[in-house]
Amino acid sequence: MDDIKFKKILVFINCLVPLALLGWDAYRDQLGANPLEFLTRTTGTLTLLFLVLSLAVTPARKVTGIQWLVRFRRMIGLYAFFYGGLHWMLYVWSDKFFNLRAIIGDIRQRPFIAVGLVSFTLMVPLAVTSTNKMLKRLGGKRWMRLHKLAYVAAAGGVLHYWLLVKADTTKPLVFAAVLALLLGYRFWRSYTGDAKRKPISITQPAPPR
Amino acid sequence: MVIKKSDDIKSSEITDKKLYVNRRLFMRGATLAASAAATGFLYRKLLAPEPQQRREDGKAVAGTQSAPRDWGLPGEEATTYEDITNYNNFYEFSTSKTAVASAAKGFVTRPWTVAVEGLVNNPRIFALEDILKANAQEDRIYRMRCVEGWSMVIPWSGFPLASLLKEVEPLSQARYVAFETLNDPERMPNLDSGVLDWPYVEGLRLDEAMNPLTILASGLYGDPLPPQNGAPLRLVVPWKYGFKGIKSIVKIKLVEQMPPTTWNLSAPDEYGFYSNVNPNVSHPRWSQARERRIGELGLRETLMFNGYADQVAQLYAGMDLKYFF
Repeated sequence: MDDIKFKKILVFINCLVPLALLGWDAYRDQLGANPLEFLTRTTGTLTLLFLVLSLAVTPARKVTGIQWLVRFRRMIGLYAFFYGGLHWMLYVWSDKFFNLRAIIGDIRQRPFIAVGLVSFTLMVPLAVTSTNKMLKRLGGKRWMRLHKLAYVAAAGGVLHYWLLVKADTTKPLVFAAVLALLLGYRFWRSYTGDAKRKPISITQPAPPR
Repeated sequence: MVIKKSDDIKSSEITDKKLYVNRRLFMRGATLAASAAATGFLYRKLLAPEPQQRREDGKAVAGTQSAPRDWGLPGEEATTYEDITNYNNFYEFSTSKTAVASAAKGFVTRPWTVAVEGLVNNPRIFALEDILKANAQEDRIYRMRCVEGWSMVIPWSGFPLASLLKEVEPLSQARYVAFETLNDPERMPNLDSGVLDWPYVEGLRLDEAMNPLTILASGLYGDPLPPQNGAPLRLVVPWKYGFKGIKSIVKIKLVEQMPPTTWNLSAPDEYGFYSNVNPNVSHPRWSQARERRIGELGLRETLMFNGYADQVAQLYAGMDLKYFF
């Protein structure tokens, strides 16, 4: 097993840790008085966290110069999609009991539900086009442009969070601040001419034979 | 620069490949375990619920000192003591419902006084002990519906607010009752946060306050009220959303005009003065038609006036409850 493969396993396992602990706490009945609300809220927070982490990969790579960080970006992004899917399924199951009419009514009447759904939906094409094959089919430039949607999804997620809290907006504001920082870094880099440089290959290079 | 010739390293000193691979495997295993432990620690710190606080006296089940009794309502079980005391909205201590119990631990409630004043013949500052001595405590098992969409069945001990108000003899101009929570940053750690305007204030119309369902509670499951539930004395108005039940009361004032209320000041279009439980009037951001009963997985239909319509609906006869939400 080569080094990068091990690092990928390392990241994969660590991204699963919150899910494992959620499952373990659920099994021990340690999710508090309102376990379904807790599960829904926590998977939502994890979605946003992984989205922000995936967006932090490129800035982190540029700041530190550690190029192989980019190898984890797809996995982290897919984890965001995975936790987002869990979050959405928990809502559909525990809040709406798979009642399609109730869900549609909710989406039409509650802006925070609609914003959340749009943000999740935006992640679907990103997950679908996350493979090397799809990257090649789309071409790097178009693929990059499409995947800027991750910023929109993350901003939507923050708005969704901010719209649903009652009075204490600390956590959504922290996410908003981090996101603004990452976006600001992007703009600053493109302004200072970094964008003209050729982006490094994000696909796995063929192993030496 | 010294360039070692290959024969400088004895073949016996060359690490055996198996050992080398094993060591690498071991290092990787250790890295994996350590990083997973660190991630787990971060998750526990940042996202996991705080472990539920046990009763300080170590009793496993509440109320076992007296004859065992059924604390529920017909067809509705009482919420467990653990859930009632570990899932609280009490922003003076924390905005996280599962963190209030630990943040409020050790909250000093003696000595405690309650000023009852304003448009009354006989304004007084009561010592808590005198209030509890003068008003016999009775068990009242009420539904509690939070504006957030969850509910409990809570066995309070308390007495009708009316009996305290009668003692100070309200004047005929008095039309509303205003309540105020303690505002002591020394004892309430989250008061610096500025999440809400402190002190927390609430209000009732005088006829609502005099309704026999309205109580001041000082106990839970037959035991003294724990800090996180509003010790030493709190308001319980079972047909209204939970936030109307102001906690840790230090002042009760009879007034002529409708008094300001904290959540109404914070978001006037979301929380009205009346805030009666009403499945037909949505919160602007979520429906109030159903509720999650703590301890149950399904949802229950929310009842008009939280199921107390027979006792209180007449208070609002002719009022547009969508307008006076």
